[in-house]
Formats: sequence, C-alpha cells, structure tokens
Amino acid sequence: MHSNGILRSASASLRRVMAICVKELIQLRRDRLTFAMVVAIPLIQLLLFGYTINTDVRNVPVAVVDQRDNFFSRQLIEDLQASQVIKVHTHLETPQQATDWVRAGKVSAALIVPRDVEKRFYNDNQEPIAQLVVDGSDTILASALKGLSDFPFDPSQPPSPRQLAKNITVDLLYNPEQRAALFTVPGLLGVILTMTLTMFTAIAIVRERERGNLELLIATPVKTPELMLGKLVPYIGLGLLQVVIILLLGRFFFDLPVVGSPTLLMLCCLLFIFANLGLGLLISTRAPNQLGAMQMAVFILLPSILLSGFMFPYAAMPRFAQHLAEILPMTHFIRLTRGIILRGADFSDLAGDMLFLALFFIGTMIEALKSFRKKLD
Amino acid sequence: MTEYVIEAEGLTKRFGDFTAVQGLDMQIQRGQVHGFLGPNGSGKTTAIRMMCGLLDISAGNVRVLGLEIPEYAEEVRDQVGYMTQRFSHYQDMTVRENLMFLADIRGMPRKQRTARVDEVLGEYNLAQITGRLAGDLSGGQKRRLSLAGAVLTQPQLLMLDEPTSEVDPNTRRDMWSRFFRLAAEGTSILVSTHLMDEAERCHRLTILNQGEKVADGTTDELKQRLPQSVVNIHGADVSGLADSLSDDGQILAATQSGLSLRVLVDRNVGDPVGYVRSRVGNQYQLAQIEAAIEDVFVAATMDTSDA
Repeated sequence: MHSNGILRSASASLRRVMAICVKELIQLRRDRLTFAMVVAIPLIQLLLFGYTINTDVRNVPVAVVDQRDNFFSRQLIEDLQASQVIKVHTHLETPQQATDWVRAGKVSAALIVPRDVEKRFYNDNQEPIAQLVVDGSDTILASALKGLSDFPFDPSQPPSPRQLAKNITVDLLYNPEQRAALFTVPGLLGVILTMTLTMFTAIAIVRERERGNLELLIATPVKTPELMLGKLVPYIGLGLLQVVIILLLGRFFFDLPVVGSPTLLMLCCLLFIFANLGLGLLISTRAPNQLGAMQMAVFILLPSILLSGFMFPYAAMPRFAQHLAEILPMTHFIRLTRGIILRGADFSDLAGDMLFLALFFIGTMIEALKSFRKKLD
Repeated sequence: MTEYVIEAEGLTKRFGDFTAVQGLDMQIQRGQVHGFLGPNGSGKTTAIRMMCGLLDISAGNVRVLGLEIPEYAEEVRDQVGYMTQRFSHYQDMTVRENLMFLADIRGMPRKQRTARVDEVLGEYNLAQITGRLAGDLSGGQKRRLSLAGAVLTQPQLLMLDEPTSEVDPNTRRDMWSRFFRLAAEGTSILVSTHLMDEAERCHRLTILNQGEKVADGTTDELKQRLPQSVVNIHGADVSGLADSLSDDGQILAATQSGLSLRVLVDRNVGDPVGYVRSRVGNQYQLAQIEAAIEDVFVAATMDTSDA
C-alpha cells in the first residue's frame, strides 16, 4: 500500500515536470528571437572568431631604410622577408623618416640597415648588424617581431631549417601547423554555451515573476524542484543541439579534427551545459528583474572569456587571476575540450575537471532551490 | 465537514512600516458567495494572497478548508481555485494551451483532461477563440479565461480577486450568475470587488478599509445595522446642496445620483425627513428610503477616515 502511494506521487510529480517542459517548449517555439539565437549565434561567432582570431603573425608591413644598398644588404632584407613575418611596404631615405612612419601608424615597424652592415657582420664582437624599430603598442605583434632578433643570417646561402636546429629543437606535439582556428573553436564552444544557456535560464524564472505568471504558478501544487527541473530539461536539449552545430561547422569550415573520444566529448559538454543551467537558474532566483538577470549573466560571461584561457594563456596569468579562473566552469571546460579535441586526452586525464563541473552544477542547484520560495514576498 | 471554509483570526500583514492588513477576523461559510468589499488599496488582495499561502503572515492565523496556512498550504492547493487580479496566464500561449497546462500541473487525470477543457471552453464562451494567444485577448476574454482556469479542476473553494474588472456589463452579469450556480452546486466563493451592485448580490459581505475590517454580515444585516437613516432629496438643483449638508454633525454624507441626493442622517435624529427639510427648505421632495449596500459602504469607510 505504502509503495503504491509513493509510486502514485512520483508519477504525479513526473507529470508536473512534463507539464512545465511542454510549456517551456511551446514558449520557446513562439519566441523566434531566442530560437534564432540558438542557431545564429554559433554560426556567426564561429565564422567571425574562427577566421579573425589569429595569433600567427604574418606579413607585417615594414618600411626599409637601406643605407648600404648593395648585394649584401639586399640579401639580408630578402631573407628577412622570406621568414613571412614581415613584408616590405616601402623604402625610405633616413632613419628619422622611418620612425615618423611608425609613429603615424603607416607601417608597424621600420628596418634600418646601416652603412657598415658588412663590417658589423664579419667582426666577431656580437654587434647587431641591423635595427628593427617596432611599434610596441600591439604586444602580440611586437613579440612576433622580437623573435626576428634570433634570425640566423648567412649571406652565402638561403636560410635552411638545419640552421634553426643549431639552437633548440622545438617539437610541436599537437596542432603542428599552429592553426589558431583549432585552438579557438573548442574555446568558442564554451563561450557560446555560456552565453546562450546562462542567459536563457537567467531570465527563466524572473521573467515569470515580472509577467505575473508566477502568482498563478505558485498557487498550483507544483513543487520547487519540479519547476526547476521542468525548466532545465528543454535547455539541455538546446545546448546539445548547439554543441552538434558548432562541431559540425568546425569540421566543415576549419577541418577541426576530434582526436579523442566523441562520447567523452559529449559527456563533458553535457556536464558543462548542466553547470551553466545551474548558474543561470541561481541568477534567476536572485535577480530582481530581467534586466538585472542579464547584467549578472554578462558579469559571469566576461571573466569566462578573458580568464578561462580562451583568449590568453592560463599559465601566463598572475596567481590570483588563476585562482579566480578556477571557479569558472569555462576554465575547466576549455581544458576538457582542448584536451579531447586536440590532444586525444582520456577520462583519467580529465576526471578532475569533470568532477568540478558536476559539483558546480550540484552546488548552484542547491543554492537556487534554497533561494526560491513559493511566495510573492 | 467544517462549517467554515475560511477562518481568519487577527490576520495581519506588514510590509516594513506599512500595515496592509490589520487584525482581520473573518469566517466564510461553505456554499456561500462571500463578498470582500473595499476601496482600492484597502488590503483585499493582500488578505487573499495570505489565505492562498502566497504571502508570509506577519501575525494572526488562518485556516483554509480546516487546514492551517501556511503549514498546510500545499495540501489545500488542490482544492482551491485562485483567480489573480492581474492576468497571470501565459501571454505567448493559446487559450487551449494555457488550460491544458493548468490541467496537467493540477494533476487532472489524462482521460478527463480534453473533455473537461472543452467543457469549460464552452461554458465561458471561449470555444471560438481556443487557438488565439492569450496576450491578444480583450480584457473581458482574459477575465473569462482566468475564471475558466480557476474552476477547471472543480475546486471546493474559489478565491476570485476582482474577477469582473475590465469586463462589460453583460459579461459581468453572466459571470455572477455562474458564481451562484457554482455556489448552488456546493462551491464556496470568496470574491473581492469594489462595485456596489456586485456587493449587493453576495450572501455575506466583509468590508475592508485601510487594512481593517469595518463591517461584516449578510447584506440585510448590514443594512439594518446601519447607524444612519437614508433620506432622498429630489429636486431641480441638488448639486449645490451636498457641500452645505456635509459639514453638519448629524449628517454623515450626502451623495448625488442624477437628480437625487442621498443623505445619511444619524439614527439619533427622530424625524430625519423633518430634520433634512429644516436644512434645505421646502422646494425639494424628500422621502426616507431603504438603505443600500452603497450607504453601508459609505458609512463604514467614512467612519475610520474621520477617526
């Protein structure tokens, strides 16, 4: 008899969850803007950032002041250009002119070859043979050009890879062609999921409150966990849909390989989706209105983009920023996806980050359940 | 079976320094249409929300269907239909979708669901607009949808918060005849209003003013208990009289309606007609008439504002 009662109440509970789910889906279907965002945001962001975020510095326009102007100096300039880092944009007369061009932003750097370039080269006193005046206001550009200071130059023959090997061998284990898109796309997956899912759920409950629906809803027998669950489930599907769209687009446009296990990748995505939905719901129970919820979601989104390792290397950040980044689901997700997609990492390598996402979801849900009351005040 | 479906004792709600409801005592009998009358902002909605368990109670207690609120709020929800003052159905869902959602969330057996939703759609003249989005409905259609939602699961008790606001007179009359039909079938109804003709029709009334109960009883009792006599002044130019009569100690209020002026004269005055005549002169027709709920309301809500 008793177990019968439990069964009956469980099935009644399930029906209420389903009712909320169906309602959310009906509303989602009517809300064309939201629905368009689910598909359009991945597409636009992937194309925009996939093609534009590029840390491979190539063909930087450079002004050249060749004070020697003979066979030797011309070969030096040719060799430097052959590195593909710089591209001679113009020839100028004096070093002063060249500096002016850099200041005016017409070129990013100026290469000055002095009159005594040959003498400097054949003397063994480590004197630099030429000078590169670089616009340091763009740090990424500047560090790429600084790399030219180690440029091996031998006027007797064209530069060969063997000469590089004299210094330190650098072996690239993953992403050997150093294509930025391969690095960006897994990160974009995280950005897009955070952006859409946290925002959708952040307004999910506060919207009902603002529109007056909550007064009717909480006067029904629906329980808080049922309400939360019913609101989550449709967005889990939506998040998975986005994952599939992004991965397919990544494969189509950028030949993104998935080295590791696709099942493991989906599992990680699912955990990350849950973490974002939990966070969104927590925001929704705390925010005073829809605008406030949006602002809180953006407050999470910005550090997720800047601190997670999506844009800047995690290892290069100061200690306190790393600690801050550790509490963002995005940081863990970026590690997981780059690991699986690019390095073929397996479960044992990733368990820690996966555990964090799971705990983050549980923690935010508990908080959300605690802060939501079936009351109007 | 409890005789009272709602019993409130000293029910109080404070929002910070502001007291919205102060020490409300109230009983609502089974199978009656109980009117909750009061000016805007008198605390009717706050009191109803406390009875539904939607607001914390600052002091006092309330039992609904014999169960203490808010402890047993969840248990009584199945048995209470609540119609909110502000339209609270989903604007981006159709009439039918809204009712189907309510049927599911209230756990109506699936087999009955479609039949029952069709039934209330027909009963509340919504059958022609089942596919229309709730947000696109007229004010009256929205109220009918809300009422259909409240009665959908045939609850024992209905709490209706100004169900007829924004509704045309025909629909209003129609809705009230439904209330009485429901009451005849055994449903108890608490209905808040600030319209006198609606108050007049209720079995019993509770009048609220500035958060406090100022009168309570059947409509006849309330009229009999009125501490004033009502004198009707009929004449060509009564509009100027109202102001000159109101500052009198014996006359509580003078309200114009068309060419007549209703004057509330203290019961202590032995001959109210003679008294009023002595004040206004002979050019008017005077007569003592029966008190209406409006007179009760005016007298009740004025007393406290003078005090």
